[in-house]
Amino acid sequence: MKKKKTIGRIIYHVLVSAFGFLMVYPLLWMVMSSFKESNTIFRTASSLIPEKFTFANYATGWRGFTGITFATFFKNSMVISVIATIGSVFSSAIVAYGFTRSKFKGRGFLFTCMLVSMMLPFQVIMIPQFIWFKQLGWVGTYLPLIAPYFFGQGFFIFMIMGFMEGIPTELDEAAKIDGCSYYGIFGRIMLPLIVPSMVTAGIFSFMWRWDDFLAALLYISDPVKYPISIALKLFSDPGSTSDYGAMFAMATVSIVPAVLIFIFFQKYLVDGIANTGLKG
Amino acid sequence: MKSDKKEVKKVSPQVSHRRAKLTLWQKLNRQSTAGFVCVFPFTFGFFAFTLIPVIMSLYYSFTIFDTLSAPKFIGLQNYITLFSNDARFLKSLGVTFFFTFTSVPLRLVFALFVAMILVKATKISAIYRAVYYLPSIIGGSVAVAILWKRMFATDGVLNTILNSFFGLFGIDSSFDYAWLGSTNTAIWTLVILAVWQFGSSMLIFLSAIKQIPTSYYEAADVDGTSKYRQFFSITLPLLTPTVFFNLIMQMINGFLAFTQCYIITQGKPLDSTLFYTVYMYEKSFKDYAMGYGSAMAWIMLIIIGVITLLLFKTKKFWVVGEGEQ
Repeated sequence: MKKKKTIGRIIYHVLVSAFGFLMVYPLLWMVMSSFKESNTIFRTASSLIPEKFTFANYATGWRGFTGITFATFFKNSMVISVIATIGSVFSSAIVAYGFTRSKFKGRGFLFTCMLVSMMLPFQVIMIPQFIWFKQLGWVGTYLPLIAPYFFGQGFFIFMIMGFMEGIPTELDEAAKIDGCSYYGIFGRIMLPLIVPSMVTAGIFSFMWRWDDFLAALLYISDPVKYPISIALKLFSDPGSTSDYGAMFAMATVSIVPAVLIFIFFQKYLVDGIANTGLKG
Repeated sequence: MKSDKKEVKKVSPQVSHRRAKLTLWQKLNRQSTAGFVCVFPFTFGFFAFTLIPVIMSLYYSFTIFDTLSAPKFIGLQNYITLFSNDARFLKSLGVTFFFTFTSVPLRLVFALFVAMILVKATKISAIYRAVYYLPSIIGGSVAVAILWKRMFATDGVLNTILNSFFGLFGIDSSFDYAWLGSTNTAIWTLVILAVWQFGSSMLIFLSAIKQIPTSYYEAADVDGTSKYRQFFSITLPLLTPTVFFNLIMQMINGFLAFTQCYIITQGKPLDSTLFYTVYMYEKSFKDYAMGYGSAMAWIMLIIIGVITLLLFKTKKFWVVGEGEQ
């Protein structure tokens, strides 16, 4: 009986890990190919281990195109993602505080607006937004990619609200008695307590902004300002390069931030998805 | 302590009666005003970046608008042209429906299947969970889209692997099938890419399964019910609310898919993978038919709305915990 159980367990682990290997195989293949000599990638596509391990692809890829290196594209993406994320997380937190800790006129209406904004697809408003930003002279700058996130994002407001509701109001009242203002309560009491939910929001925001392709495609046309997603797309277009080694090397570089987040903040990612259904 | 608080509450109404003497700071600090002040960024952002654009979009949809000259009102003409005289529009609508109605159910079934396997707690289940979840973290990126394009190319990974696999058995197969070049298979490469990103649904299922009380299963074990029956009589019914929520969110996202199609196939071959949003993008930002594009945006919004509504209507027939109310 015990033997049978052990065999069953071995079969389970073999199957689950084999299947898991199959799932990450494409990614592994991409990363390993980036270390192969560029002209051998497709000849040796069925083998994961490079015949000769080389960093040459990273050197050629990093040089980028039209004289702009990938350092620029990487920095651009960082600037956009970090600023938009900081704006989004802090504005969402203060809006969430207003919704949870106050009953003001029009609260119900604005709350409905928030739910609507969560469901409303970007594609529906992208045309008028484009015209709007064009009139403001924002096209070609990072403002359209950053500014809209400084006014709270529905998903994050909703998530942080859920977290705030779990914080006892006695804390607010005690601070109020001690002479703390409504805003002071937010800064001194709430903010330190909601850090976990803000980290979760920040992680998702960063990854969404990092991967954002459509908005950058609409607004950024100057190669010096390209974020990495657009640069990578142009880098891979036929004609601009047939150096697949360099292409896979830069593709690998572009997923490094997401992989690092995945490794170091996995708990927050899993909690964020499991508890609020945020898509990864 | 408690008596202190009561005293303060008794005092405070008297303070608020003396409104005339309140300074601006005290006014701003009143709970009702302060709440509004905190929510103000959202209120402003919602009007400026969402509500006004939505209304403008509806107006543009009744006009011819090339961004250079003022919009010209043409009534319902854009909508009429779309449905009666634009084969590519109808094609893209069909492709998007096909993509959504294959990839979303497949992904959910797949996610549930893997969740059922991984729910069994072992010492390394956290590692398994991470491995299965990784693709959905980076699956939406441009990097993966580029990779996908190379995987299914004529001289790509899939053909090479198939050839060396058959080579193992001494069969000299020379696969050079153009997966992306055939109207039969191109759309499926995009479906596979979408299904591959099943990780976040899997995590949601995992956490929902763990919330089912073990006593249900213990009782079923006592009755001698098979594990198979337990899944269909206990687990699945109790997961239906989770399935419902996922179905709605992913249907919406399915309709909005853009990047994968734009990079991998660009609608080729013969528009067989032309996604709705890609066509809308081409019309609006390549041909500068902004009015036409806005009409497409509104049709999309209506379709999403109708599907969501229909799903809610069917809720009482299959989602557990809804029938009794």
